[in-house]
Amino acid sequence: MTTILDPTDERVPVQRSLTRRPEAITGTVALLDISKPRGNVLIDRLQERLSERLPGITIRRYAKPTFAKPAPDALRRRIAEESDFVIEALAD
Amino acid sequence: MSDTGAAVNTATRRTLPRFTLKDSAGEQRTFPTGRHSLLAFVKEDCPTCVLSMPVIEAARRAYGDALDVWIIGQESEGNDRLEQQFGLDDPILDDSALKVSFAFDLDTVPAIILANANGNELRNFVGFPKADWLDLFRELSSLTGITAPAVDWQSYPELRPGCGSRSVEPEIADRLAAEAENSPLRARKIEIGPSDDPFEFMFDQGLTDGLPVVLPTPERVLRMLAGTRRDPQSVVGIVPPNMAPATVEKIAINAVMAGCKPAYLPVVIAAVEAVCTDEFNMHGVLATTHFPGPVLIVNGPIRDRIGMNYRINALGQGNRANSTIGRALQLVVRNLGGGRPGEVDRAVLGQPGKLSFCFAEYEERSNWEPLHVELGFRKDESVVTVFAGASPTGFVDQLSRGAKSLATSYGLELASAGHPKQYNYGEIVVVVPPEHVDTFAKDGWTKAQVREQIQKATLRPVRELMQDDSCAEGLARGQAEKLGLDTMLPKFRANDNIKLVVAGGEAGKFGVYIQGWVSGPMGSIITSRRIEE
Repeated sequence: MTTILDPTDERVPVQRSLTRRPEAITGTVALLDISKPRGNVLIDRLQERLSERLPGITIRRYAKPTFAKPAPDALRRRIAEESDFVIEALAD
Repeated sequence: MSDTGAAVNTATRRTLPRFTLKDSAGEQRTFPTGRHSLLAFVKEDCPTCVLSMPVIEAARRAYGDALDVWIIGQESEGNDRLEQQFGLDDPILDDSALKVSFAFDLDTVPAIILANANGNELRNFVGFPKADWLDLFRELSSLTGITAPAVDWQSYPELRPGCGSRSVEPEIADRLAAEAENSPLRARKIEIGPSDDPFEFMFDQGLTDGLPVVLPTPERVLRMLAGTRRDPQSVVGIVPPNMAPATVEKIAINAVMAGCKPAYLPVVIAAVEAVCTDEFNMHGVLATTHFPGPVLIVNGPIRDRIGMNYRINALGQGNRANSTIGRALQLVVRNLGGGRPGEVDRAVLGQPGKLSFCFAEYEERSNWEPLHVELGFRKDESVVTVFAGASPTGFVDQLSRGAKSLATSYGLELASAGHPKQYNYGEIVVVVPPEHVDTFAKDGWTKAQVREQIQKATLRPVRELMQDDSCAEGLARGQAEKLGLDTMLPKFRANDNIKLVVAGGEAGKFGVYIQGWVSGPMGSIITSRRIEE
């Protein structure tokens, strides 16, 4: 029997279940630009199309300061508080 | 062998560790016993122990009704042989696990210890000091009122040194220290079953970088921890992307796996500290599809103390410190931080430097200030600098005989870093080999002059850097027009972004540059930490 010491952080992975998907899109939709080049172009088009198809919703635009770093905690909290849905333009 | 045959200490009143041991008949015995006890630690392959056995047994036969005389053996089969050889009436206690010997802090056997009913030590000696035995018998007789046994003292030497206790043999002592109650180790222990190949197990568990690792046994980790004075549980940094606390112990475990010597641990610790900063931005370095990995550059006196290579083949294979320090950092990122390729590490191609990329600067070979001094440290401080760099790109200048020509060569080469039309470039590391150092030195050029000339040699009009029909890369037309199509731009945002580092063998007019990634506060900034030895 060989005994070794655990080189990992010893955390048991947390199982997270997806939030239930609503039947319809209502309320506020967040559009998050991560600041990659031309991400804003995609988001602009999305905003146009969503506004046409779902005139009842509110759209809010957000942007990460830099694509190279995780979104700041304050931004994540704001999006979660202010929105019902998020669409993120993830990469170029 | 110990020569402490006459070590006597009658003044001690230390409380001896409590213990329970089985004797060779399978009966459990617990100390303290509630009466006076005479404990004799022995091992069979020690001639002084064998010499002492008849005297110990004589003591047991004489005083055994009034106090407990226990022989404690350090090796099971040896215990059996001693029982047979000396016809012992009372079975030997088995301390083949050596936990009691370790707890008693024995260096030498035989170790003879007299304790009172509460387990306080009254007297001890090691080896065979005849006078001490005689004193002991006198004390036992006065304690018990029993006459001392007849021993043919004439046949015994005055003094015979003892032997090393098995509990201080190097491999065993490390294991015992790792298992002891006050062990500094807190990491979860993983048992690898006897039917598993431990090396395959490490691969199967996803704990390696694709090469075999040294098994991080408690003994090895404990030895690794001897390389630092820092508390094993102190937290050095929070490792992205899982934001896991990197304790000194966890870093030591990964350093063992990488193949480090304990003396390298302070460098690994400082490197972990450096990458776990917002400036270095390890999360971004992992998550990008671009090339970077942490490139480690070591400066200061520690380079020679741990035998790092900064001379011939400095960026290549063959030096243990260079190869394993960079690897240890990558294993910390992988195992603690969870930064695994294909998961958060999204590199499209990656590069071989992500196994390990670590070298030292050849500070003595030039009159220039070394990297760490330029970055604000004292020359006599040992420092590790981490740079989010791609693989090294080699370049050639064999013909320049003057500094200006050579620096122009450097500029022409560096202009193509990333892409020839990618300007406004951030940080880059340029490794200058000794022959090029000499060419710069011949004309007395400073680093500032070299940088200035590199920037001059990279100057291009904006119109050449613009997107066009032949090549879609480059500045958008709008940006270009804002700058002015005839404006001359240098490659780098600032001269200081060009980090010149000296390394390499004496022969060869070949240099290397190491491309950066998104550079500056929005990406990664070269980051240094002092190495605490």
